[in-house]
Order: sequence, then structure tokens, then C-alpha cells
Amino acid sequence: MRSAALLLALAMPCAAEVAPERAAELTHMVTQDCGSCHGLTRKGGLGSPLTADALDHAAPETLAEIILDGIPDTAMPPWRPLLSEEEALWIARFLKQD
Amino acid sequence: MKHLVALCALLIPPVLAEAGEPIATGDLGLVVERASGSVLIIDRSDHGAVGRVEGLGDLSHASLTYSPDERFAYVFGRDGGLSKVDMLQQEAVARTVQAGNSIGGAISDDGKLVAVSNYEPGGVKVFDADTLNLVADIPAAGKTIGLVDIPGRRFVWTVWDTGEVFLGDFSGEAPVITALGNAGANPFDAVVTDDAHTYLVGLFGEKGVTAFDLWAEKPGPRKFLTDYGKTGEDMPVYKMPHLQGWAFTEGQYALPAVGRHELLWVDRESLKQVAATPVHGQPVFVIAQPASPFVWVNFATPLNDTVQVVDSRSHEVVATLTPGKAILHMEFAPRGAEVWISSRDDNKVLIYDTRRREKVAEIDAQAPSGIFFTARAHQPGL
Repeated sequence: MRSAALLLALAMPCAAEVAPERAAELTHMVTQDCGSCHGLTRKGGLGSPLTADALDHAAPETLAEIILDGIPDTAMPPWRPLLSEEEALWIARFLKQD
Repeated sequence: MKHLVALCALLIPPVLAEAGEPIATGDLGLVVERASGSVLIIDRSDHGAVGRVEGLGDLSHASLTYSPDERFAYVFGRDGGLSKVDMLQQEAVARTVQAGNSIGGAISDDGKLVAVSNYEPGGVKVFDADTLNLVADIPAAGKTIGLVDIPGRRFVWTVWDTGEVFLGDFSGEAPVITALGNAGANPFDAVVTDDAHTYLVGLFGEKGVTAFDLWAEKPGPRKFLTDYGKTGEDMPVYKMPHLQGWAFTEGQYALPAVGRHELLWVDRESLKQVAATPVHGQPVFVIAQPASPFVWVNFATPLNDTVQVVDSRSHEVVATLTPGKAILHMEFAPRGAEVWISSRDDNKVLIYDTRRREKVAEIDAQAPSGIFFTARAHQPGL
């Protein structure tokens, strides 16, 4: 797990504001909790696909906003109570690169 | 891979490994291992794992149903995969990837047909339970949810995007599909009562639950609980509640409030709310402990390390347990003596005695989610 986190840190110098241990937690969260609606492989479900291809044209900042504030009148909840702005941006970049 | 095989070999008691030894399936079950595309075969009486079947695809949000003889399980994967697992041979004997994205399924009362509820493309596909050959393809105007079987080779399902509810009769030469009406905005799941009388549809896009009387000549929508929690601000829903296993007890429905940390109690006859129980988090599963007045509740992330037990007579929380990390599902022994609880992030299935509410055993499993005992084979709607 530690080597995976290290690898991610190396792959994403721009996401260095999230500590490796937290990065591992966020990765787990993306797979399991985002995965509940968007699929473990992120090909979509109740929520739309979140593959790097599907997010190709989305700006990380826009994605981070959606993560933090959700999309009103849809099943996408605001994650702001659980994530900092840095962490949301980290997830947005992670999704686009992975 | 080699490690895994060695692990499986260790887990399998010799009695099952010996060829020719007769095995009964009545106390077996399957645990979905959501991240590894496998199911663990469990023995309820022995508190053990007896095998593992792999290669079932993306099993995030997977569910399954059993053949009437409890020999085969039909596993519905997120990736549209439908797999038929032989509980005795411990292998997948048929598999088809029948859609791009699916959410669950059901088996007909006679065990002849298996229906799958699909997100992409939206609709319901029906397969021959023996061969998994396609029998019928019923498109829908959106993602289908809440697919259940009702007697007479019939299924009922709902469309998330439009709120439409349909009844499909597959007993004749050609399927007969009847629209039952509109349940409301964004139905997230539905369930049929244990007597196949009422189809209950939970709504996400508006407050409320919609009931359809399936014993009526022409079932139609009857909305209730339309104003629960109107005095407070709704909270984010980090996981959609699941309705399969919705508790029907003491003449009441015990329902998860959406966006609120509450259980709602509704009188089955009048459909009037009789009580609300404040609970630990957003309820996900609300399941009745068989042969008891109690319901057990688990919760959405990030409050998913807790399980609460609520008395359906007093509507009070009588126990709060913290069995492990990321509790995703609970399955009761059919007569209620034990509950098996999956702890995804501890990689364990925890077995609790329901009278003492204490852990009596645990089993290793890889990121376990749904637990399904073969006794489900004999319950309508499961």
C-alpha cells in the first residue's frame, strides 16, 4: 500500500499537498464510496462514468467543485463535509490521470 | 494467484474436498467479494468458508438469487455480467455479458426465468434459467431499478428516470407488459412485501414512498410519507438506501428516511406514519430479525462502522454495535438465531448471536459486500 501511495505521489507532483497516507485513504474512498454509484471501475452506474476518457474535457477545478458541492436535484451529494478543497482537487486530478 | 489457490485449499474442509461425498446446500450461502470479482461460498452451520468462485466481473453493487433447488446462484454484476454459479461444483457453469451496466435481478417463482435490471441500455432482459439464453428483451426509457418476482412467472420493475412502473407477465407465448402508473420522481429502489401483496417504491427526487396493490385487478400508485422531516434540513445522502430486506414487522413497514438520520414507521394498513426513530446515520439496510420484534440497521459512509438494533414495538434503539469498518450488509439465519455482517474494510464477515448480540465467529473475505443464504430461494421477491 505504501509503495502504491508513493507511486501516486511520484506520478502527481501537482498533488503534493495531500500527504501520502491521506492519498491512500482518498484512493480507497474513490474506489469504494464513489464506486457505489459510479462503479468500481468508474464506468458508471447510477452516476455517470468517471474514467479518464469520460473526464477528458473537464477542468480539474470544475470537477473539484462538483465533488465539494454536489449537483442539485441529482443523486450526487456534496462531499464538502468530508473533504477539504485540496483533497477534492487531488481526487479530480487523480480521476483524470488514472 | 498461487497464494490464493493455497488459501482456498486451506479454507476448504476435507469433507467437501473429498470427491463423491454428498453435500446439501440448505445451509450454504455466498458472500460477494466486490473488488475481486469473486464470491465466497460459506457454510452457515460450520461458520466457515468452503470455497471461492472467481472471474465474475465487476461485482460492485452485485446481487444474486437462487434456483428453487438451491443448487445454482445467479449473480448479477455491475458490468452487465450474469453468471450462473454451481454451489456444488463451486464453479461458474454459464455466463453472459448481457448489457453494459446492470443493477440487479430476480428469478421467476417457478425457477424457469431469470430477469436482469439494466442501466445501460435501460430495460429488463429475461433469460432461460437453464441455459442463460435470451428469452425476452424489454427496453425502458431509462435505468431500471427495483426488479422483483411475483407469482405466476411475472416481474415488476420501475424506471429511475421516468418513475414508471411496469408489470411483465412471462407465463404465455409472448410477454405481456402492463404499465401500472407513475411512482414519482427518481425512484431509487423498490421491494415487494413478503406476501407479494404490495410493491413499495422509494423516492429520491421527492419525499415519499409509493405503494402498488398487486392483488388488485388494476394496481395503481398510492403515495405516502410525502412530508417526512419537513421541519429540518435534509443531509447529503452518501449512499442510496436499499430496499430489499426492508423490514415488515408488527403490522408496520420500517423505512429508511432519505437524507435524514431516521427510521420511519408506517402502519401497513393505513399507510400512515406511526413513529420516527432517530438513528446513528443515513440508514442503508433496514432488516427484520426473523421471529423477533427487532430490526437491524446499517448506515451510509462515513458513519458505516455502526449497526443499531431497534424494537418495532417501542421504536427505541435497544443496542448500538460497532462490529467493524465499512459495514455493508447483514443477512440473518432464516430462523433468526444469527446475523452475518460484512465488514468491507476489515476484510471479514462477522457472525453475531442475535440474542446476546455478541460476535461468535468471523470469516476472512476480500472486501465483502452482500451476503446471501440459500434460504432466499424460497422467498417471493428475493
